[in-house]
Amino acid sequence: MTDVAIVGIGIHPFGRHDSSGMEQGVVAARSALADAGCAWSDVQYAFGGSAAAGNADTMVSALGLTGLPFINVANGCATGGSALISGYNAIRAGAADVVMAIGFDKHPRGAFDPDPADFGLGKWYGDTGLMLTTQFFGLKIQRYMHQYGITANTLAKVAAKNFRNGSLNENAWRRKPMSEEQILNGAMLSNPLTQFMFCSPGEGGVALVLANADRAREFTDTPVYLRSAVLRSRPFGSFEVFNPWLAIERGNSPTVAAAQAAFEMAGIGPGDIDVAQVQDTESGAEVMHMSECGLCADGEQEDLIQSGETEITGRLPINTDGGCIANGEPIGASGLRQVYESVLQLRGRAGSRQVPGNPATAFTHVYGAPGISACTVLSR
Amino acid sequence: MVREQVPVADGLFTWPSDQPQLIGSHFPESGVTTFPVQASCPRTSSQVMHEVLLERRGTLWSWTIQGFPPKSPPYAGKEGPLGFVPYGVGYVELSGQVIVETRLTENDPARLHIGMPMELVIIPFTTDDQDRDIVTFAFAPVQEA
Repeated sequence: MTDVAIVGIGIHPFGRHDSSGMEQGVVAARSALADAGCAWSDVQYAFGGSAAAGNADTMVSALGLTGLPFINVANGCATGGSALISGYNAIRAGAADVVMAIGFDKHPRGAFDPDPADFGLGKWYGDTGLMLTTQFFGLKIQRYMHQYGITANTLAKVAAKNFRNGSLNENAWRRKPMSEEQILNGAMLSNPLTQFMFCSPGEGGVALVLANADRAREFTDTPVYLRSAVLRSRPFGSFEVFNPWLAIERGNSPTVAAAQAAFEMAGIGPGDIDVAQVQDTESGAEVMHMSECGLCADGEQEDLIQSGETEITGRLPINTDGGCIANGEPIGASGLRQVYESVLQLRGRAGSRQVPGNPATAFTHVYGAPGISACTVLSR
Repeated sequence: MVREQVPVADGLFTWPSDQPQLIGSHFPESGVTTFPVQASCPRTSSQVMHEVLLERRGTLWSWTIQGFPPKSPPYAGKEGPLGFVPYGVGYVELSGQVIVETRLTENDPARLHIGMPMELVIIPFTTDDQDRDIVTFAFAPVQEA
């Protein structure tokens, strides 16, 4: 089977900007092409998307009307991950040797305000004040803390770590460290989660140039191999955002299935991972996704986080670029940002936030409505 | 004068009623119960379905407090940012049936804990353009005698 390498990475800084989301995507695309040392005309296939900033294929008018096939991807929070999986599959299928995966976005301020009908729900669900992603995250971590003894201080430690990591990332939105006390004393948005534990919808763009691994050295001396890229929707019994009911018989989340499949396909296990980026829509999500991804057992997070093991210098560094908490969440770009950071770390070029010890393997995970998860495993 | 009360949607709960109940669907082939009613079983895709009335009492499975005013739309509350009062949201396990998501009448974190007994009530939460109360379902802590 053909292997797939990431040979170019590009980013437009995350945050708030005057430019359109599409323009930010174009900046990311040009930057990825420059990093790969190739031209847009070398790209044979493209997959991209945004949730709120327009059709990705429109950007051919800025990048060049080369006539390449460009497929728009719309898959909620897994839009970027889905673009990546599509590119990965296109190369493995032999449809192309050089592919771009791109995601960008630009959201209004404040919490997302989706239409219930888009999620198969009656209008009553929104009318009565239940159509909020923030509530789901509060409800899920509340239950998890009750079951596994995770403390509020641990939630604060996660956010503090991510703000601290973000302060070392020139492309992050939130670049000011915050103390655990400040985080705990923030406005309570959805118990037990305060305003500083949540990420915010934002802006940014990320592009990746993928190549058939046999041709990777044409583009770069430091290819990073995409060992697996997997997407799963929710199984029966999972607990997801926008669920008016749950089954009493509890099951696993889509993250569990996606991560297991990603590790199986890559032929390595969670214990072999040197650096991980997992969806931290809020602090509790990072905690729960650690175990859902297989990086630890349920409840072990309390000790791991309290003892600093998920810091850049710890045994299992998580969200080394500050994650969603420091970067915000431009939906289309968010999953690709994790891969961008993983490539930097595996190249050894993450600067002041470089994980020590020459990391060789990386893992990424995104989660989104209405219960989808996408995971990748990468290695040098 | 008693204000006229209109349910937020038809088919969610029995109304008017002194002992209102949520209306769910039960799929006998899989044993799955859902809320609200849906035509196909989420586990097996079976379309053999019976409507069922759900238990009025259950236990709190998880909870949170909605601490900021939701955007309108979709939220139909009219209290505005200044008049907004945080409200509780939770999941209540109805034994042997299903765990339902619901507003809670209690918004004090100190008075909510997982496992506490809860009971269905119908509450007004906004008004329509004819100044009628729009009512929805909620769960309240059971008042022990």
